[in-house]
Amino acid sequence: MTEQQTADSYNFAYLDEQTKRMIRRALLKAVAIPGYQVPFAGREMPMPYGWGTGGVQVTAAVIGPEDTLKVIDQGSDDTTNAVSIRNFFAKTAGVPTTDKTAEATLIQTRHRIPEKDLREDQILVYQVPIPEPLRFLEPRETETRKMHALEEYGLMHVKLYEDIARHGHIATTYAYPVLVNDRYVMDPSPIPKFDNPKMNDMAALQLFGAGREKRIYALPPYTKVKSLDFEDHPFVIQKWDDICGMCGADNTFLDEVILDDVGSRMFVCSDSDHCNERQAAGHRGPQNGDASYTPEAAE
Amino acid sequence: MYVAVKGGERAIENAHKLLAEYRRGDQNVPELDIRQIEEQMSLAVSRVMTEGSLYDKELAALAIKQARGDLIEAIFLMRAYRTTLPRFGYSAPIETSKMQISRRISATYKDLPGGQVLGPTFDYTHRLLDFTLAANGESEITTDEADTRLDQNMPRVLDDLLRHEGLIQPEERPENEELETVGDLTREPLEYPANRDIRLQNLARGDEGFILSLGYSTQRGYARNHAFVGEIRYGEVAVELIPEELGFAIDIGDIEITECENVNQFKGSKSAPPQFTRGYGLTFGQNERKVIAMALVDRALRDKELGEEIIAPAQDEEFVLSHSDNIEATGFVEHIKLPHYVDFQSELELVRKMRRETTEKQAAQQAAE
Amino acid sequence: MSMNREILLRVENLTQMYGDRIGCKDVNFDLWPGEVLGIVGESGSGKSTLLNCISAQLQPTSGSVSYNTRADGLKDIYHMIEPERRLLMRTDWAFVHQNPRDGLRMNVSAGANVGERLMAVGDRHYGNIRNTAEDWLSRVEIQDNRLDDLPSTFSGGMQQRLQIARNLVTGPRLVFMDEPTGGLDVSVQAKLLDLLRSLVRNLGLSVIIVTHDLAVARLLSHRLMVMQRGHVVESGLTDQVLDDPQHPYTQLLVSSILQT
Repeated sequence: MTEQQTADSYNFAYLDEQTKRMIRRALLKAVAIPGYQVPFAGREMPMPYGWGTGGVQVTAAVIGPEDTLKVIDQGSDDTTNAVSIRNFFAKTAGVPTTDKTAEATLIQTRHRIPEKDLREDQILVYQVPIPEPLRFLEPRETETRKMHALEEYGLMHVKLYEDIARHGHIATTYAYPVLVNDRYVMDPSPIPKFDNPKMNDMAALQLFGAGREKRIYALPPYTKVKSLDFEDHPFVIQKWDDICGMCGADNTFLDEVILDDVGSRMFVCSDSDHCNERQAAGHRGPQNGDASYTPEAAE
Repeated sequence: MYVAVKGGERAIENAHKLLAEYRRGDQNVPELDIRQIEEQMSLAVSRVMTEGSLYDKELAALAIKQARGDLIEAIFLMRAYRTTLPRFGYSAPIETSKMQISRRISATYKDLPGGQVLGPTFDYTHRLLDFTLAANGESEITTDEADTRLDQNMPRVLDDLLRHEGLIQPEERPENEELETVGDLTREPLEYPANRDIRLQNLARGDEGFILSLGYSTQRGYARNHAFVGEIRYGEVAVELIPEELGFAIDIGDIEITECENVNQFKGSKSAPPQFTRGYGLTFGQNERKVIAMALVDRALRDKELGEEIIAPAQDEEFVLSHSDNIEATGFVEHIKLPHYVDFQSELELVRKMRRETTEKQAAQQAAE
Repeated sequence: MSMNREILLRVENLTQMYGDRIGCKDVNFDLWPGEVLGIVGESGSGKSTLLNCISAQLQPTSGSVSYNTRADGLKDIYHMIEPERRLLMRTDWAFVHQNPRDGLRMNVSAGANVGERLMAVGDRHYGNIRNTAEDWLSRVEIQDNRLDDLPSTFSGGMQQRLQIARNLVTGPRLVFMDEPTGGLDVSVQAKLLDLLRSLVRNLGLSVIIVTHDLAVARLLSHRLMVMQRGHVVESGLTDQVLDDPQHPYTQLLVSSILQT
């Protein structure tokens, strides 16, 4: 079979319509109860568990021919897994894809939220490895479901208390738990806590898919999302002493890039589209040399 | 000057080409034929069909070839293909008592109606490498025909023989069995507590190595349940479907299966009298290791309903069922090789901060002294 | 029946069967605010089964357990919805286990152990939680520099005192204790008993304490129930029961203590 034949023998966006309906029902329930984990009959996908099968199933269930898809991994459109997932949908759904956050109607992400504010006509789909925020405090599903049902979240704060007692601050930097709509404690997926504030009151619909654990949850637009903290130890996000070496941004999440083996390093925006856009608009960081930045030159 | 990493697409494409080359190996060596795998690697095919939850020898052979002999990868290929197939309906329960038997043994009786039928087994071979196979020097193989035919309705050890005395735990039939739908893990999410139908389905799909180790752990005292193999049978059974428009069963073909029923000693508990209890295992094709281990684990997971103390991993439903699936397991274990630099960056910052704080604290202490 | 308003806990015809074996049978009693009730008997007499039934941890086969809730007065705890029952268990009630490991989180600090119940009822001020925890450690005679230490670094007696602090921090009205001095050396036992007695008196707690040790029962409880093979064979004021036992089994228990 050629690649083309392989693609033709599958339904639009790979999943059969019945499976999509099943996922959509779970999504509707998830939107109706923000932050609540809805069990769904996750399917085996043609990529491994852990590679974003939950996000891929959610995307497949909501994508339509008129959508424009963007896929990022660690903030970048060009990491191998983002490329692989984007190609999967380009092939099975034939939809246009883009690197531009503003042009996308549907964005699937692993571990980041784009720096640019999202709009009401956009959907953000997160890939989730472990949907249960209480899992590492209590391994039993029967127990954690009961804790959620009865709103027994004292244990979660015990962990934060221990952090402060031990380190003077809360030592969780990513997958930082949040309270949704004053009701459910939710795992925001392994995004850095830097991104947590973006979830609050976001205009776009946020959908979360955990394929291996077979759970879906959601944040409808403009939902209250509060990072857990103490009154006298409020939640704070990471700050860098440096700015982006390429675009000079001082308010974005920065990746550290090792330049040689004697400790030289620089910092670059993790959101590659945001960084490129700023450079195109003429912003320059200290390590950006003289040559103007273009994606072609970068390749 | 720093250049952001680009060109992931081309790298992936090239990696795939190289993979194809490695899979093929030396091109002067003849390419493997799917039929060869199907016929000569039949136990690998059995395992891939069982854990892939799809009975199709040809596809399993293809998956093994494509996966370069990595059976978990092959199982993954089968699962990913299977999930796209339309569901026409559910078959009627197979009648393993009407099996065309190739092998049937019991460890609980020396001689029994129907007899011990050894069939194709490694059990009594001496494990010596056979160099005639290496030299492709195998002579034509002939087997002798038996003098007598096997009993067509070979009695089942647990149900037909042990049951007369009322010594064996009865398998409860639901009152309206035809109305009770059997659970299907591939259509419904696994939720706890799980019923036995779901547990058995999970174990049948579960990784052979994992089930084997858990079964072994029960024998070594982690929830010991004193098991004997009541009966193992391997052979062909008919699969029947009852189409709604017909209303009666039609035979849609035969499948090869291995079935094991264990007999376990049970001293009785708060809620059940002393009796022999059961564990059950079933796979596609021939795989006795898996069915015996599965029956041990099935029995251990029934300890809750029998009112026994839950102390060991094999008895712990959430532990066993959540970790048995090798496709889930391999995905999550291997995914930590995917980029995690955003998370790692956050951790870097934190560790630096905490080290700075510790150093400052020590310096302050030293100054105070 | 106007007195009903003051009863804290009422147990009626409580029976727990294990198959055809009796756990406890037809137990009836009322508990009054500030009262300490001892349940004594040898191991296997049904006293732990009874305690578990009363403390909402084991649904009885028949009979009822009613608690005088702050909002609705006497209410059968097994007819409550689960959130209500669980709230009760972490606010108004407390349970001190024989083995402190069953009642503590061994992998978090002493401070977190005491603070957990506060956080569970919504306290979100780290400084306040910490101060309260510190205060409670001193009330159970644990030095404040042990606040951030793990319970596993504590001696058995300290662990038991920590468990008591963890339980009392939310100001419960009713405390269940299962052999609280059971696993301790005699000298440590005496100290803990002293502490328990003064806490119970100063805080005006109601207590149901299960023990096989008549000396513990005599020191702490106002009233005693003697159990044998699942039945209450004798009950009354502690001094009365111990000094003038009526039932042959109680007589045997008392005399065996006197002999040792």
